[in-house]
Amino acid sequence: MLNISDIRQTLDMIDKQHLDIRTITMGISLRDCAHPDMDSCAQKVYDKICRKAEKLVETGCAIEREFGIPIVNKRISVTPVALVTESSENGSPVAVAKAMDAAAKNCGVNFIGGYSALVHKGFTEGDRRLIASIPEALAETEIVCSSVNVATTKAGINMDAVALMGRIIKQCAELTAHKGGFGCAKLVVFANAVEDNPFMAGAFHGVGESECVINVGVSGPGVVHCALKEVKGQSFDVVADTIKRTAFRITRMGQLVAQEAANRLGVPFGVVDLSLAPTPAVGDSVARILEEMGLEVCGTHGTTAALAMLNDAVKKGGIMASGHVGGLSGAFIPVSEDEGMIAAAQSGVLTLDKLEAMTCVCSVGLDMIAVPGHTSAETISAIIADEAAIGVINQKTTAVRIIPAPGMDVGDTVDFGGLLGTAPVMPVHGPSSAEFIARGGRIPAPMHSLRN
Amino acid sequence: MKAIMTVIGPDRVGIIAEVSALLAKSNVNILDLSQTIMEEIFTMTILVDTAAANCTFDALSSALEAKGEEMGLSIRIQRRDLFTAMHRI
Repeated sequence: MLNISDIRQTLDMIDKQHLDIRTITMGISLRDCAHPDMDSCAQKVYDKICRKAEKLVETGCAIEREFGIPIVNKRISVTPVALVTESSENGSPVAVAKAMDAAAKNCGVNFIGGYSALVHKGFTEGDRRLIASIPEALAETEIVCSSVNVATTKAGINMDAVALMGRIIKQCAELTAHKGGFGCAKLVVFANAVEDNPFMAGAFHGVGESECVINVGVSGPGVVHCALKEVKGQSFDVVADTIKRTAFRITRMGQLVAQEAANRLGVPFGVVDLSLAPTPAVGDSVARILEEMGLEVCGTHGTTAALAMLNDAVKKGGIMASGHVGGLSGAFIPVSEDEGMIAAAQSGVLTLDKLEAMTCVCSVGLDMIAVPGHTSAETISAIIADEAAIGVINQKTTAVRIIPAPGMDVGDTVDFGGLLGTAPVMPVHGPSSAEFIARGGRIPAPMHSLRN
Repeated sequence: MKAIMTVIGPDRVGIIAEVSALLAKSNVNILDLSQTIMEEIFTMTILVDTAAANCTFDALSSALEAKGEEMGLSIRIQRRDLFTAMHRI
């Protein structure tokens, strides 16, 4: 028989510390949906998504009931759409975005990712067409997410793509100005994007993936925070060990659910993503974990070290608990989606520059950050270039999901609602980066990309 | 299927009797039972086998939940695999 206090501990994690499975994401290949006619392509996309994901939500809900563990999101990721629409000779890829939106709603999922292009080394005609259509696609659909990979450690940084994405983000904000620039919350610019990420908005089904796959993202900042309260004042050796033990338990639960979902759906299990993903709910914050380590406010000196240790310990604890670990795996620091980050940004302690430093040691990048609406496209591109450089040099994924909130300035807040939360508008540096961005071309791959 | 039932709430006479009567009615076999008072709260965990149950897992889960509400307790049933995965290597 299991120990009664172990059972109570699990129930407390679920009831009081927001332990949940953050997402079950079904990756679906759309490589067989290409068609010379765009509308026919869109129809094939719609039919395939509906067919493959027909039972996803129903299965997720059944698992939720049997294990008594909440599965917050059921989602779908697809092959980067630029590859699918490349051979369509007429029409706009927006038709495919609409088909994705309709299919995802029909299946009952709450987001679908993969309206994406991979342009880290250069553009094809299809890539250009898709990227140009992103603002319209995100404005005219509700639950479609988009991402563009502009750099890799192997290829360097495509600075033409970086410049273009600054303008695309501005257009996204303008087309969804009535909703605070909401379109930008569904668009991620990546360096070293991963092919099996189950989290939105950056999920897509990579070209090296199989026909259909189940990836699971676990969560649990509240559980880690709670565990650290028990070791107040003790050394970092103890803190690291406590995080590892907690991450192990969380991940075992994720592995169990992933395997069960894969078996029931008759689809291969892909990976468990060991991410600590916060939500705007009190008690589900990564910032509060860092503060629990002894920082008065997240963003003050010591924050980067605290985050580095947290990120590393989560991976070490989780790796043994799962058969296959992948995705982004680390701690997320999305400002608007984390109650503690919001408070720290509002207090002025957590700045864009500090967040940039933090992205050197955690799983993603500048995430869900609102900046003044008058921020220029070139400044946004320069922010993307800085993040891409961190990713390329450190051989890790970095990303930028930034919202130049129309008509808003420092001191205002943008409310996106739900899991996307509330973003305080943060200041950016005034001096121009326009000439830097106007150069274009490609920043060469770093020396350590030559590993063969 | 092996499942863990947990019954948590203020102590009173007849909790075990009522819960086990419901299980018997559903033809669910009790394999192990452990009960204690933790921080003045009645806490019971029961390992059950639902293989021969005369209703679905969902229906059993709902019936137990309703019984819990009626008795002012939290009663839930979850697959044992969850706890084994989290607490056993």
